[in-house]
Order: sequence, then structure tokens, then C-alpha cells
Amino acid sequence: MYLYDQYDQQMVDARVAEFRDQAKRRLDGKLTEDQFKPLRLMNGLYLQLHAYMLRVAIPYGTLNSRQMHALADIADKYDRGYGHFTTRQNIQYNWIKLEEAADILADLAKVEMHAIQTSGNCIRNISSDHFAGAAKDELVDPRPYAELLRQWSSFHPEFSYLPRKFKIAVIASDTDRAAMRLHDIGIQIVEQDGELGAAFYVGGGMGRTPMIAPCIKDFVPLDRLVTYAEACLRVYNRYGRRDNKYKARIKILVHEMGSEEYTKAVDEEFARMLDEGIEPPFAELERIRTFFQDPAFEAGASEEIDRSDPDFALWVDRNTVAHKAPGYVSAVISLKPVGGIPGDATSEQMRLMADLAKQFSFDECRVMHTQNIVLPHVRKADLHALWTALDGAGLGSPNLDTVEDIIACPGLDYCSLANARSIPVAQKISERFAANGKTAELGQLKLKISGCINACGHHHAGHIGILGVDKKGVENYQLLLGGSEAEDVSLAKITGPGFDEAGIVDAVETAADVYLRERQDGERFLDTYRRIGMTPFKEALYG
Amino acid sequence: MRILTGNDLKTGFVTWWTGEGWSLHVEDAIDVAGSEEEIARREEAARRVNAPYAIDAELHEGAPRPAHIKDRVRALGPTVRPDLTLKPADPDIGNWVI
Amino acid sequence: MADLSSENDTLIRYREDDPVDHAAVTVDSFLDQSSASAVRVEPGDDARELIPHLERLALVEVNFPAFGDGRGYSSARLLREAGYKGELRAVGDVLVDQVAYMRRCGFDAFDPDAPLSESDLETALSRWPEVYQSAADARTPIWSKRHA
Repeated sequence: MYLYDQYDQQMVDARVAEFRDQAKRRLDGKLTEDQFKPLRLMNGLYLQLHAYMLRVAIPYGTLNSRQMHALADIADKYDRGYGHFTTRQNIQYNWIKLEEAADILADLAKVEMHAIQTSGNCIRNISSDHFAGAAKDELVDPRPYAELLRQWSSFHPEFSYLPRKFKIAVIASDTDRAAMRLHDIGIQIVEQDGELGAAFYVGGGMGRTPMIAPCIKDFVPLDRLVTYAEACLRVYNRYGRRDNKYKARIKILVHEMGSEEYTKAVDEEFARMLDEGIEPPFAELERIRTFFQDPAFEAGASEEIDRSDPDFALWVDRNTVAHKAPGYVSAVISLKPVGGIPGDATSEQMRLMADLAKQFSFDECRVMHTQNIVLPHVRKADLHALWTALDGAGLGSPNLDTVEDIIACPGLDYCSLANARSIPVAQKISERFAANGKTAELGQLKLKISGCINACGHHHAGHIGILGVDKKGVENYQLLLGGSEAEDVSLAKITGPGFDEAGIVDAVETAADVYLRERQDGERFLDTYRRIGMTPFKEALYG
Repeated sequence: MRILTGNDLKTGFVTWWTGEGWSLHVEDAIDVAGSEEEIARREEAARRVNAPYAIDAELHEGAPRPAHIKDRVRALGPTVRPDLTLKPADPDIGNWVI
Repeated sequence: MADLSSENDTLIRYREDDPVDHAAVTVDSFLDQSSASAVRVEPGDDARELIPHLERLALVEVNFPAFGDGRGYSSARLLREAGYKGELRAVGDVLVDQVAYMRRCGFDAFDPDAPLSESDLETALSRWPEVYQSAADARTPIWSKRHA
């Protein structure tokens, strides 16, 4: 994985010093809250429902064991012994004190981490495929391109006061595991005539007005990648709407201009920029790539897995994914125990995951946008030992991509923007399906819950989505069906009137039962929905 | 009644105006109807509170209970982590929020 | 070192030449007429319209009515990219925590609504030992140093 050189280290150290100074000026009264807010946000510090919340960047979701240990130490030293892994592959701490925030950033800087641009109207942490470098189907490892863009976007002088936040995802396979087309810019590394390049998808997003990004350029040569991104951003910075924050994302600009006009404006800007020396030399990309070489996979590693323990065999079937190296898999650690809080991990669990990553996965782990953790490179021969350790710590739930593997935003339990609680709904749904035994039969069923229209819980992209709303001061939940964040991307549609908390749990089970009744061979929930449409579900729900 | 709330500038903790200062406990909040803006301005300027705002509340068993669920969650803590709320010993306290 | 002009105690300049002594006109009136050599660009103006006339401009003021409106950063940078060598002055709601980025986008003068403390300004401008990008200033990006 990428390691800082002295330059990267100087930059995060300078940021710590800057924020220490800014926080002091706020505490001393030299900055008003209005002036301080954008500054603290650009360091990931929110004022949330109960306290300050700190969002720490995990670039493209990749961590080594030392970093995961540091995250655990921060949870104990400055917070309340836990953290929350997010749908942007980051981690959030919920009980941070302003007077200690700079110390946390200093502790992060010691392990090559930071909270730079994890909020604010700037380019946010770049996300990527959680199986990067391991997936059997990838063209190349997408992370060097994400890292190149991370450096370009860090402290960008022109794009730090954009109309609105800006999220970029980079993938390099036809299978989309990063919700690429639901980002402000989604980049897919592709091959054309033997050359690598980048396809640009611009103007996707969830939130209030969900949109799927159109492809505006199917091939940007790799030695123009940064310049093209710069052109995309400049057009947005100049022309994105600033009169209404709900219409300020780039998706609205691309929609209102039309993707052809937007692309034309970008191409004109790009042509002017070509001589401006914006693009790093190709040698820089080569340098970054050297950090993402394959680890030393054992040649001839055994393909055998002893499946005599049925619980273990179930976990292997559910939670491991094919790897490009023979004898290896990627293993998913579920942060979705039945009745648990999706994405939360205690400091002890973080330390265990760190130690297991070191022992079994070449010192590397990944945060998934589905709020689970991946050990990307595990020998099949080590799986039983890994599972035994996980299971003993409540981390062995065999439920990847099942109805129990629910994405949920923090919701009204933590978030000042939320209208309804998300976590209790997720808890009750996972308990319901664990009790009625339908989880296995339902197979892949992606359920995603947001506590408000901002859609941090990706409800538009759920096979089943749930959106919490405020109905005259009472929590109410809308049900959506038919969304997907993957390569078969689609936006979910609302079924009809909302439900109370007990009602939404019943409604999810009702929808699942319609699928079980109607499905044909090999169909997932999503496939059945697409074939039969909304009507049978509506009849069952409201009939 | 109207009660005044905000966050402590240094710790971020949710606080409630008691008439003399700021308390972590909503039970200590007093009615500030008519003077909320003046108190908020003065206290924020003195940095004894951050981002104060007034909300509607009603008396419930002798103590103020915020009218909106969001402020009730603020007053209590996360309902999914009763151990981290201000009333960890009361297993039914989550119902106070609803 | 910043030159604090005697007539205007909020103006800070990083230029050797004398400031323009007349008020800036709007982009529209500049394009309509004029003999003016100073123009004020508002966030919604297209700074590119000035490019055919850069020769007769000595001062471009870029207004920031609110610090969160970042269009002026692009206006500044594209004027520098087009070869503008005159004074580029950020005016309005310009805060000390923004001046380092503004310098990188080509601003060489600041006339903020609220005066900037000189020591805070020095601290802010010396904050970043390195930069990650090529921009409108002369700083060498980290990637260039890595492959020098």
C-alpha cells in the first residue's frame, strides 16, 4: 500500500499545525462559529447531535494494521471505545472534544493518516473498489489512480470552496463495487487498443435528487487524467448553482446544461489547460504504482478448505470472494451482527481485525462502502483459523450481501440532519430475518436505510431501500424497491405511503415474501422485481 | 414553554440554560420565553455556549420535555446505546424519546 | 513582504508597482466603453470576457461577497493562465485562512472588508512547506520535486 514520503508527511503535519491554530483561535473567540465552521469541516469535524464528530479519511478504504491499531487507540483515548465505519469507506468518532481534536489529528499523522477534506464543499476522500488488487475480474489495481487524484485534490487552491461537496470514486473492473456511477465523478480505468485510459462518468449522486452519472468521455489517456479532472472541476466551480444548496451538486449542473453541453465546456477548458503544466509526469504514476505491487503470494497455495464444520462452511460460502491468486480468497469481516449497529466496531474488535490482517492478509485490510471490513489476501488454508478468531469476537456473522447485511446511516440517534432513526430499524429487520430463518433462502438482498433525504445510507441504491422521514414529529419510513449501486445501476422507487417502525419491518418481510413466491430459477430479489414490476409488491403491501 | 439549548464550545456536549448557567440535564432547563434571543446572544458572545437555539418544550412529570423528537434524542443520548445515554441505569428510557 | 498602502489601511499588496489610483468599473461597463484600466469581477461574471483586453488592464478586483463563494478562485486563475500580469486583487469577505489558496490562484493583492492581522497573515502564508499541484503561482509541485 501507499507509504508517505517526507513531502506527504510534511503536508499532514502542516495541516495539524494549521488546525491547532484555527481551533485555538475559535476557543479564544477570534473566529466566530460561522467563520470556523468551514475550517473545521475541511478537517472532518462536525458539530453533531450529542457532541463534535470527527470523520477520519481512509483513502480508498485501505489500512494497514498499524493504522487500524491507531484508530482503536483514538477510540479509547479520545472517544468512548468505538468507531463507526461509513459508506464512504471512512471512520467516524462520535464523542470528540474540540480542545482535543488537534491532538487526534497529530496522532493520526504519526500513522500517515488525516481527516483532510472529509467534509466541506471540497473534493472529499476518494473511494475505490474494496477488492482492489485482489479481485479476479479487475483490469489493473485502481488505487494508484485514486492516490494520484488524492494528492492532486488535497489542499487544491482553486477547488476548496466549491458550490457543494464533491465525491470521486475510481474502479478498474466491469463489476462495480464502489457505486461508481452514483458519484460526482466516477472513473473506470479501461483498456483501448492495448492502452490504459480512464472513462469519466460525471454528475451522479444520491441525496435529494438521485441521478446516475452519464459517461461524458469514454477514454482519457492516463497522462491526461489529472488535467481532465481539473477541467471537470473548473466548469463546475464556475457554473454550478450557488443560489440553492439543494441544487448545487454537479449532477444538477450536468442535468440542467445537458451532458453534451457540459462535456463541450469541459473539453474546451481541457484544451486550454493542456499547456498549463497541470499533469504530473508519468514517472509519478509509476512511482505510486510501485506501492501497489502484489504481495508475495505463496506459489502453489492449497485450494483445499476443510468444510467439516458446517458453521465455518457457511461463513466461507457467504463471506469469501474469489481471488486472482490461486489458493487465496478475500475474506469479509461482517460488522453486521444480528441486532447490532451496522458499521460500529469496538476498539477491541479493531485491534483484533488489525492483528488478523497482519497475521493472515499481508498486513492489509479494507473498509467496504457496505460498512464491513475486508482482509483482501487470505490463504484458503488459513481461513479456519481466521474464522475461529473472528467468531469468538462477534465478528463471524455469515451474512455478506444478505438481508442482514444492512447499510444504515447513523440516523437520528447521532446525526443532526436526520429525521428518523435508522439503526433501530436495521436492528429489528436483522433480528426478524434471523428469527424467521429466511435469510439464506432470500440470497442476495441489499437493504439500505437512510434517516433523511441526504441518503448517506444509499436507500436509492438498495434492492430494498428505506427512507426515514418526519411525519408531524413522528418517525415514519418510506419503502423503496429496485435500486442497485452496482454495474446494473438503477434507482429505487417508492412503493407508496410510509410505515411506522413496526410497520416497516413487516413491510420488508412482506416484500421479501412476494419475491419468494414469484421468483424464477436463479433470480435475485432485484431480478424478480425488474421482471414483475411494482404492482404485485404494492398489492401485497397495501392491498 | 421555551427552553434554550446549545453545545459546550470545548467539549461539544449538549447543554441547557438553567437561568444561571448551562447544565447537561434537560431537567434543569428553565422557561426563557421572551428572552431567548438576548440570553443566546450574550452567552454565545461570552463563549459559554456554541450555536444556541430555543425550542418548544412542555412540562412532563415536573421536568421540561422537548417538543420535538430530535431534541429529546439530544437530551438523552443515542437510544441504541443506552449505556452512553445520560440515564444508563434506566432500561426503558428510550421510550421517553418516542 | 507586504506593502501596506498609506491611503487604504486594509489593502495589502505583494507587488512593487504603484496601485491604480482610480476606482474599478464593472465588467459590463468596462466592455462597453471605456478608458478604465481597473475592473471589478463579480462571482457571476465571466472573467474570460476580459481576455481580449488584458493589455489595457492594470487592476482586476475579484469580489468575494461571501467567503464561501469560490468562483473568484477560478476567475483569478484563468486570467493568469491567459497571461494577465497586472494586479489581481481579492476584495470583500476575504479571510486569513483563505489567502494562501488565493496566492496560489494568482492573487497578489488583498483588500478585505475586515482588516487582516499582519502576523496571522505571515503565519498563513508560510504554513505550507510544499504544494501538491501546479497552479498560477511559481511554486514547484511535490511531484516535480520527486522527479527532479
